[in-house]
Amino acid sequence: MSSDFFIPDPEGQVPSAEGYFGAFGGKFIPEALVAAVDEVAVEYDKAKHDPEFARELDDLLVHYTGRPSSLTEVPRFAAEAGGARIFLKREDLNHTGSHKINNVLGQALLTKRMGKTRVIAETGAGQHGVATATACALFGLDCTIYMGEIDTRRQALNVARMRMLGAEVVAVKSGSRTLKDAINEAFRDWVANVDRTHYLFGTVAGPHPFPAMVRDFHRVIGVEARRQLLERAGRLPDAAVACVGGGSNAIGLFHAFIPDADVRLIGCEPAGHGVETGEHAATLTAGEPGILHGSRSYVLQDEEGQITEPYSISAGLDYPGIGPEHSYLKDSGRAEYRAVTDDAAMQALRLLSRTEGIIPAIESAHALAGALEVGRELGPDGLIVVNLSGRGDKDMDTAARYFGLYDTDAEVAADAADTAEIEGDAK
Amino acid sequence: MSGNIQLLTDTLAAAKAEDRAALIAYLPAGFPTVDGGIAAVKAVLESGADVVEVGFPHSDPVLDGPVIQTADDIALRGGVKIADALRTVREAHEATGKPILVMTYWNPIDRYGVERFTAELAEAGGAGCILPDLPVQESALWREHAEKHGLATIFVVAPSSKDARLAEITAAGSGFVYAASLMGVTGTRESVGAQAQDLVERTRATGSGLPVCVGLGVSDARQAAEVAGFADGVIVGSAFVKRMLDAPDEAAGLDAVRALAGDLAKGVRRQA
Repeated sequence: MSSDFFIPDPEGQVPSAEGYFGAFGGKFIPEALVAAVDEVAVEYDKAKHDPEFARELDDLLVHYTGRPSSLTEVPRFAAEAGGARIFLKREDLNHTGSHKINNVLGQALLTKRMGKTRVIAETGAGQHGVATATACALFGLDCTIYMGEIDTRRQALNVARMRMLGAEVVAVKSGSRTLKDAINEAFRDWVANVDRTHYLFGTVAGPHPFPAMVRDFHRVIGVEARRQLLERAGRLPDAAVACVGGGSNAIGLFHAFIPDADVRLIGCEPAGHGVETGEHAATLTAGEPGILHGSRSYVLQDEEGQITEPYSISAGLDYPGIGPEHSYLKDSGRAEYRAVTDDAAMQALRLLSRTEGIIPAIESAHALAGALEVGRELGPDGLIVVNLSGRGDKDMDTAARYFGLYDTDAEVAADAADTAEIEGDAK
Repeated sequence: MSGNIQLLTDTLAAAKAEDRAALIAYLPAGFPTVDGGIAAVKAVLESGADVVEVGFPHSDPVLDGPVIQTADDIALRGGVKIADALRTVREAHEATGKPILVMTYWNPIDRYGVERFTAELAEAGGAGCILPDLPVQESALWREHAEKHGLATIFVVAPSSKDARLAEITAAGSGFVYAASLMGVTGTRESVGAQAQDLVERTRATGSGLPVCVGLGVSDARQAAEVAGFADGVIVGSAFVKRMLDAPDEAAGLDAVRALAGDLAKGVRRQA
């Protein structure tokens, strides 16, 4: 099978048939969902080996998404990183503004193949929700998006985009009212409506086959970046850097580089107000293995197995779990993970905007902040590729509050009150 | 000390010998307080329940509807611990001599340690566990320790479970099989639907001989009587919890769950 953009992992690698990446992964789901999850696995396996599926998906990825995405060198930004060369993989330039569309189009095609007519999804920053609502509009599928109530406020633009696209957006008021609670609510919907509904899961977590399938749909990011770097820089990078919430854009960038032992794979987790404050979502840095949302992986939890409430300024990274393959890459030592604070990410967001004219999503800004650190460590001979996973339009309200970009005192006062409320909610 | 799986089996057999279904009640530990929860468990056992499932509240109850979510939140805010759930099991069993189960999501046990948990549950007089997000394929370690400590492993089957899978599940399970009456989360429903009877029949057809008890959606004596017409046991959870949530104080809540248990006990005897 020859496909330029749908490039699943070659057979014979992780996960195992039971969905395990070493000690992580598996399928911890209620019996009511076993048949549906098995159906997804069987259908995905068939699709993976069907040239017609690859042809259809390729066509969409080229003519709808705009692949391949550009690779942009950012020398003025890199001047702040000890002189290392930095290239950005521009997933922000995909249709809908993030990497999420890669996975969504693949699963939307799968939904059609399974004969299902309704799609549900969770979203944090709204990027996966917007991508899902977009694909549902394109394919004529009913669409319901679950989003934590706090996130509907801090990402109001994306809520409007989803509704414009015809999706129903449900603000989830349970638990911490962020991404993990949106996933809980989506699972509850799926159990009740599984006959006609596909749960279009947005990251490389969840029960098998989602971690492997979602990774396969994003694998194109790293395959393209690797080829583009060899053409442009004449060699492989010293480091591939990406932000990690659930971990989909990071696994997409990393995966093609795993066999290249000299390429460091560096995931940047949200340290929020600082890992030492307890107000963070740095799952691999501060978590312990456990089960959340259908698989075993690192989890932020207390000593009795209750999931603790995460915090990040970035709605898309504000999640107490992580995809199982990242846990595997961490424990095997193939990838390394570091924590980046809200402040460091916001400074990197402003720096890229002002030096290169590219406004990144706050999620991606965590990777940019990480790249600045890594660049200084590598020195002027360093070569780094960063996954710019999304664009920052949706974050302008948060950024304007953070940097005081609004004009009037009244607005600033109102913002301060809202921010206090949002931060209070997050605790 | 060994757990009380035999007491569970005997209790279900005794109900069958009386030509009736068993009444199995669910109540969360620590709700509204640890002692209040223990009082509620005792109250339903004294008012007609044959078995109680003590729920361990979880931060992420993906299989529970709004009623049990609300109770779990109250219990967790009160700081409920696994030790409190075990004390609930112990005190309820000691006071009534009836079989007590624990129903919990898997992560708390995984974190606490399977050996430690099964040993302590057996020591507290527990009869077994229902682990709704631990499918049979992931359950080998649990079953090894549960068996060692004389605890039942009660698996859930759903209307979507295919016959081959029902055979796998009934072969691995013990105590009884929990048949989910419908596709959905916990909560009361107007009707339990024809799917439940079909599922009970398909589960029995596996030939395992395990009793099949039906839960999800059953809230009153009429429904209990209907389910008792085809199942070995009737499981009621949200309806009890809702009575307690709606009560003005703890004493009124206890009266309300006693009254409901009494009604349901008539239902399972098809006297409703």
